[in-house]
Amino acid sequence: MVPSRARRIEEVRTISFEFEGLAVQAQEGDSVAAALTAAGIVDLRDSPVSGAPRGIYCMMGACFDCLVEIDGQPNRQACMCEVREGLVVRRQQGRAELEL
Amino acid sequence: MTPAGRSGTRGFDLVVVGGGIHGSSAALFASLRGLSVAVLEKDTVARHASGTNAGGVRRLGRHHAEIPISQRSMQIWYGIADLLDDDCGFQIAPQIKVAETDAELAGLSQRAGELQAMGYDHEIILDRAGLRRHLPAISDHAVGGLASLKDGFAQPYKTTFAIQRKAMEKGARFYEHCQAGRIHRSDGVWQVETADGVFAAPRLLNAAGAWAGAIAGALGEAAPVEAIAPMMLVTNRVPHFCDAVVGAAGRPLSFKQMPNGTVVIGGGRRGRADRHANRSEILFNELQLTAETAMSLFPVMRSASIVRSWSGVEGRMPDDIPVIGPSARHEGLYHAFGFSAHGFQMGPGVGELMAELIATGATQAPITPFSIARFAV
Amino acid sequence: MSARSVDLLVIGAGPAGIAAATEAAGLGLSVSVMDEQSRPGGQIYRGIETASPKRLAVLGKDYAAGRSLTESFRSSAAEYLPDTLVWNIGSDRSVDFSRGGRAQQMNPSAILVATGALERPMPIPGWTLPGVTTAGALQILLKSSGIVRDNCVLAGAGPLLWLVATQMIAAGARPAAIVENLPRGRIVAGLRHLPGALRAREYLFKGLAMIARVKAAGVPVYANATGLAIEGSTQAEAITFSSGGRQHRIETDAIALHQGVVPNQQITRLVGAEHRWDAAQACFHPVLDARFRTSADSIYVAGDGAAINGARPAALQGRLAALLIAEDQGRRVGTERIRRLQAGIARDKSVRPMLETIYAPAPEILAPADSTLICRCEEVTAGEIRSVVDLGAPGPNQIKSMLRAGMGPCQGRVCGLAVAQIIADRKGETPEETGYYRIRPPIKPITLAELAAYAPDEDAPRAASGDAAA
Repeated sequence: MVPSRARRIEEVRTISFEFEGLAVQAQEGDSVAAALTAAGIVDLRDSPVSGAPRGIYCMMGACFDCLVEIDGQPNRQACMCEVREGLVVRRQQGRAELEL
Repeated sequence: MTPAGRSGTRGFDLVVVGGGIHGSSAALFASLRGLSVAVLEKDTVARHASGTNAGGVRRLGRHHAEIPISQRSMQIWYGIADLLDDDCGFQIAPQIKVAETDAELAGLSQRAGELQAMGYDHEIILDRAGLRRHLPAISDHAVGGLASLKDGFAQPYKTTFAIQRKAMEKGARFYEHCQAGRIHRSDGVWQVETADGVFAAPRLLNAAGAWAGAIAGALGEAAPVEAIAPMMLVTNRVPHFCDAVVGAAGRPLSFKQMPNGTVVIGGGRRGRADRHANRSEILFNELQLTAETAMSLFPVMRSASIVRSWSGVEGRMPDDIPVIGPSARHEGLYHAFGFSAHGFQMGPGVGELMAELIATGATQAPITPFSIARFAV
Repeated sequence: MSARSVDLLVIGAGPAGIAAATEAAGLGLSVSVMDEQSRPGGQIYRGIETASPKRLAVLGKDYAAGRSLTESFRSSAAEYLPDTLVWNIGSDRSVDFSRGGRAQQMNPSAILVATGALERPMPIPGWTLPGVTTAGALQILLKSSGIVRDNCVLAGAGPLLWLVATQMIAAGARPAAIVENLPRGRIVAGLRHLPGALRAREYLFKGLAMIARVKAAGVPVYANATGLAIEGSTQAEAITFSSGGRQHRIETDAIALHQGVVPNQQITRLVGAEHRWDAAQACFHPVLDARFRTSADSIYVAGDGAAINGARPAALQGRLAALLIAEDQGRRVGTERIRRLQAGIARDKSVRPMLETIYAPAPEILAPADSTLICRCEEVTAGEIRSVVDLGAPGPNQIKSMLRAGMGPCQGRVCGLAVAQIIADRKGETPEETGYYRIRPPIKPITLAELAAYAPDEDAPRAASGDAAA
């Protein structure tokens, strides 16, 4: 299989944030979901029902498949959150953790 | 049962108006006694309060008059899976009413004492440590609680649907989207007119919930049923942290975590009920208080998301206890309605006793306090 | 102090919404526009304000045309509230919304719902695997961030599939294949409507040109494909299907599905507006009168949320709706303007019967196999839905209570039509008779903390105190 490399057709201003401890380069105006896609990251969370992995699906805020934890807040739609310098994003594993 | 005749009349031993948990349960137990039963439901079975309540199977904190029926109903709940061939999502779990002040705890202790004196031992006092054994996530400020450890919860729609199916298996007929119109009695037989023809039976049970007052009123019996819309909200799935169904002594709350991880929060805040439009509406300025209460008792809930809310139209009596029993005015007419937002647990017990009453003319259950005659003017 | 009132609240900043807001503000109405995105344009003109010349060139002139809409809107007197989520509307038309993490309320005299369309669910085996997206998602990546995926397989049917393919080619990311699941005979059936469609022939020419461009670029097109399924364990690995009498398997980790778009019903259902099943478009739409009014008092709908017509008529509808709303509120409006807008909308609509005939959803998409997941959130299969229907459950709301289908965070946005169709088919009735999910607030999740701090009647948010309030 030829992997479907995601890439950008232009460069704007680069900012960086963190996903699962790794530095990810994004561009100003990207949603978190878009930036992760450009970085080749497709697996964003586990389903809370079966634990199956899920990634982006609709990119317009309708499907809630791209839920991630952003700066400690669970259940954020990655496609609806704009990237900011220094964001800390984590995969959402099953049922979002409560802050105990 | 006889098929629809020339006049479009179908004959039964019993016609039940209202396909909620009480009407369906009465239909089931009456069918088990060999009666032919028709249930007339203007919408679909369990459309309103029976399918949209919080699912608490609660004996804790009941009005003294309700305790015997609630106790009997609990016995049926323990065997519900065998009775209905459906687990109804029923699970035994503690019901706990949390005291947030010493004064509240004193009030709960007094209540436990009264029940002991009446010979009931299902409600026990939890001290500070005891409360935390059952509710490790409870807020620091809670001082204790009153608990009934072998209560539980179930899935409301699943339960009522299972009762309907078992009743049908035993011969009961359910007519949905079939609204009872004019009701009259001739030659000792009740005639219920509907758009689908006339349903006739010597015995008639009014189990029409929020709409039951109008039916009773049309038959000359005052029953001031208020339509209310208790509201609930449900969160996303979160890790398991709570095994009990939790209420509060000082403010309205019903709080429980379902086996799937979602948390259902309700317990008294009311939306707008519209009997005529057949719908209810959520009032978020009221639910705001529910959210505040839930967070103050369980601070871990702060980051949980509310996925949806719902409410159902329920009938409430002025004295907050139901009408259960024979009509005070007409032979062959019976009532079971006005459960005032705490009827779900009583459903199986009330169905059983109504069937006994209807089939034999008497019941051992102490139903005098629930007579419709208390509202006679 | 009580919540703020305005003459008109527009929900959605796509073409219908911003055109309406611009028009209404020009007529002197006080107008607010709430939208979940950070910039105006909706999905069709997503990223229009920030797109570089290169991106505009790739996306084509129909896309670039959106810029004049957003520019007029920006310079209008309408208040624009981006990053704003409307999550409830009461029967008194009070609107609960969240902005900047704070729940608030507004009391508009009229509401125009301009929340557009969603992609029709295309439940096939494996459609939940990472790497599988909607075709719209691919396009949004390109519009909003200039991101493309190489070697993507586009599967399904509809004008958008071809548009995305041409845009990907223009961006230098030629798709690996197009797997078109259009049943045989559809084109011929559609030709019946050709005479009417010629009134808006530029759409037809554009469509034919897109198909020609894709074929010229050497993209393999598999026609009349059936039995589509996606393989993979932790992400998509291949798509399999039959086409031309042969079984095919294309290895790919990027698959974009499309099966047409349908009105987004969440808000119109929430307010209890009457809906009707549209057999031609195989979807529900809100019932509107000639003045864009729903059955809910002073709530209007314009654009694809009313019925699918596309971006240009959506903007025309938005303008017309604004004029009629102003008239309903007692303003004088020029009748010639109204007539011209009506004529423009009618002309654009003339292409619809042909498109709807050709691109009606494939039968196998409407009747998924028992093992196929339908509700993505709660992982409910078609077989589970059918078995509860067989028990006697009458409709989608009982299926929801029994199986949790539609009860997850998406609130049935994705699965709703599929669930209604499966139930209807099982019961041998039409989706009109089966009905749809009751949509309950909040229509998107909000945190408990946010609700606890909700203060509809105060300027300042209420402190989430532990005060007892019996």
